[in-house]
Amino acid sequence: MANDVLVVAEHLKGELGEITFELLGIGKTLAAALGGQCVVALIGGNDGMVTALGAAERVVRVDGEGLSDFDPDSHGDALLAVYEAVDPRVVLVGYTSMGMDLASNLATRAGVPHAASCIALVEAGENIHATAQLYGGKLNVTSDLGGGRCVASVLAGSGAVEAGKAEGAPATESVAAPAGRGRVRFKRLIEPEAGDVDITAKEVLVAIGRGIGSKDDIEVAEELAEELDGAVAGSRPLIDSGWLPKTRQVGKSGLKVSPKLYLALGVSGAPEHIEGMKSSATIVAVNTDKQAPIFNYAHYGLVEDLFDVCEELTEAIQEKKG
Amino acid sequence: MKIVVLMKRVPDLVEDLEVDGSGKALATEHLKLTVNEFDDHALEEGLLLKETSGGELTVVALDAADVDKMLFTALAKGADRVLKITGAANVEGNTGLAAVFEEVLSAQEHDLILTGVQAADDRDGQLGPIVAALLDVPCVEVVTQVEVGEPGEGMVTVHKEYSGGVVAELEISLPAVLGIQAARQSPRYAPVSKVRQIQQSATIETLAGAGESSGAAAGGGSGFSVVEMTAPETGAGAQMLAGVDELMAVLEAKGVV
Ligand SMILES: Cc1cc2nc3c(=O)[nH]c(=O)nc-3n(C[C@H](O)[C@H](O)[C@H](O)COP(=O)(O)OP(=O)(O)OC[C@H]3O[C@@H](n4cnc5c(N)ncnc54)[C@H](O)[C@@H]3O)c2cc1C
Ligand SMILES: Nc1ncnc2c1ncn2[C@@H]1O[C@H](COP(=O)(O)O)[C@@H](O)[C@H]1O
Repeated sequence: MANDVLVVAEHLKGELGEITFELLGIGKTLAAALGGQCVVALIGGNDGMVTALGAAERVVRVDGEGLSDFDPDSHGDALLAVYEAVDPRVVLVGYTSMGMDLASNLATRAGVPHAASCIALVEAGENIHATAQLYGGKLNVTSDLGGGRCVASVLAGSGAVEAGKAEGAPATESVAAPAGRGRVRFKRLIEPEAGDVDITAKEVLVAIGRGIGSKDDIEVAEELAEELDGAVAGSRPLIDSGWLPKTRQVGKSGLKVSPKLYLALGVSGAPEHIEGMKSSATIVAVNTDKQAPIFNYAHYGLVEDLFDVCEELTEAIQEKKG
Repeated sequence: MKIVVLMKRVPDLVEDLEVDGSGKALATEHLKLTVNEFDDHALEEGLLLKETSGGELTVVALDAADVDKMLFTALAKGADRVLKITGAANVEGNTGLAAVFEEVLSAQEHDLILTGVQAADDRDGQLGPIVAALLDVPCVEVVTQVEVGEPGEGMVTVHKEYSGGVVAELEISLPAVLGIQAARQSPRYAPVSKVRQIQQSATIETLAGAGESSGAAAGGGSGFSVVEMTAPETGAGAQMLAGVDELMAVLEAKGVV
């Protein structure tokens, strides 16, 4: 077993995802601490991606028919082939939609443990310690992954993108693509429907969560957003319930926003929501639960009923405007 | 089509959660559990599939506190069978559990195994993909829509969500495991009266899981140990405001109003 760290690159529509650079930053630090190299697994990528992966010491590519688009089965088989060729100490995968398909699959087939949803990985003597978020962000758990091989999947936003960005010409090598098993077939990508408000372009967002309680009550947030010259955005459950269109979803599977003001009303602050809004300039959270994780990311907090705050704030702004 | 849905109960995230005296685990006194919300979505999607394409839906759960109520509720919603695995209470970690599920599922006819996309109470791997790898069937996570192909084709077409609302359409040969993020519609509600009625008439099938004797239980731990569990310091970085007046002052200072 070498002391290398293998970072699994992720790409969509021909471009590397930001998570790849976050993982590279974390991977480089970890590899240095372990006395190994930081190696990237690039499956179905292109030459441009290799240049962008200059922060890595080596890039191991797998190319072949049907690999340029992601499907869990053939990418899983390809990753296992890279793993066997590199024989790394640690594999870093994004805890993303693609990464969730790969991490436990690899760990199980390689017979090594997988620590999911990590926010930090450090070397501790011979061992590696991983901190993960549990219970919707209410508790953190640090585990000792031991001194052997392991897979860790990392939440987006846990590392700095810049730390993994460098142009260069890393050493590349190829691993032959395993024969396709054809069990999963990529058909097409479906883009979200446009036409609604673009929440990524708004300076002020009034973000509502399940605390709003019912569809009819969204009106009060709409009114406040209008006074603030902003738009209403929301957490996933509201979109899944059909209370808000998909175009308003902030988070892991929604949009990434960074407005001047993000006013979160009745949003608990689950890691998947935080991923989409933590870079907002000013975050204000209103929640009746003082333990709500959103307060760990907010700049200002109010432990109050969102309806009281909404009403009073709307009135105060109207009064100010005269 | 034989559909199997795996369901579990998890701590209710809206409640106060505290670390116990050991500093390594959740305090379980006064702990309120609820059905993992993604499992409810998995059940809903399974029921919709059964309604449109026919077949049989079985819910499988490990024996645990109040699991009967969850299973009777699933029957009230339209599940055909419910199966409770006993004797696996000491199995540790998702790797160990997956081996138990693999054994049980191998003995059950299954075309489609649905799980919730995640459960917020453990971080040692993901159960669905581990079970799939053990059964050597494909697995797709973060699924929001499932459509069954023509009879005899033995496949489903699913939507898998990426960020930014982009969705991939994938065709998957059965049998397969799918991690459901959200069903096509909000999970249905089962009236309490109906659940009570079912409770009188229906039975929960029980099956002895691998238990202590099996290798899965013995060596199936995740392979790592907890160093510590901590609550992030709530509001560490946030300035707590006393009311809307103070909030107005902040918004004025930031030039938003
Ligand atoms: C793969 C994956 C992707 C995901 N992607 C996303 C995503 O893109 N975006 C996203 O948001 N989520 C996403 N999620 C879901 C995420 O895990 C959470 O379930 C979700 O963010 C919770 O939404 P919420 O905060 O609105 O609801 P809850 O967690 O239910 O929180 C509601 C909050 O409202 C508070 N409240 C209740 N009543 C009031 C009141 N009257 N006044 C003030 N406060 C009140 C409660 O205290 C609570 O904190 C994803 C999950 C997975 C597994
Ligand atoms: N003990 C269990 N009993 C039944 N289903 C489970 C259990 N653990 C996990 N699952 C299923 O696997 C999914 C993912 O769980 P996890 O891998 O723990 O995040 C859950 O949503 C359930 O559908």
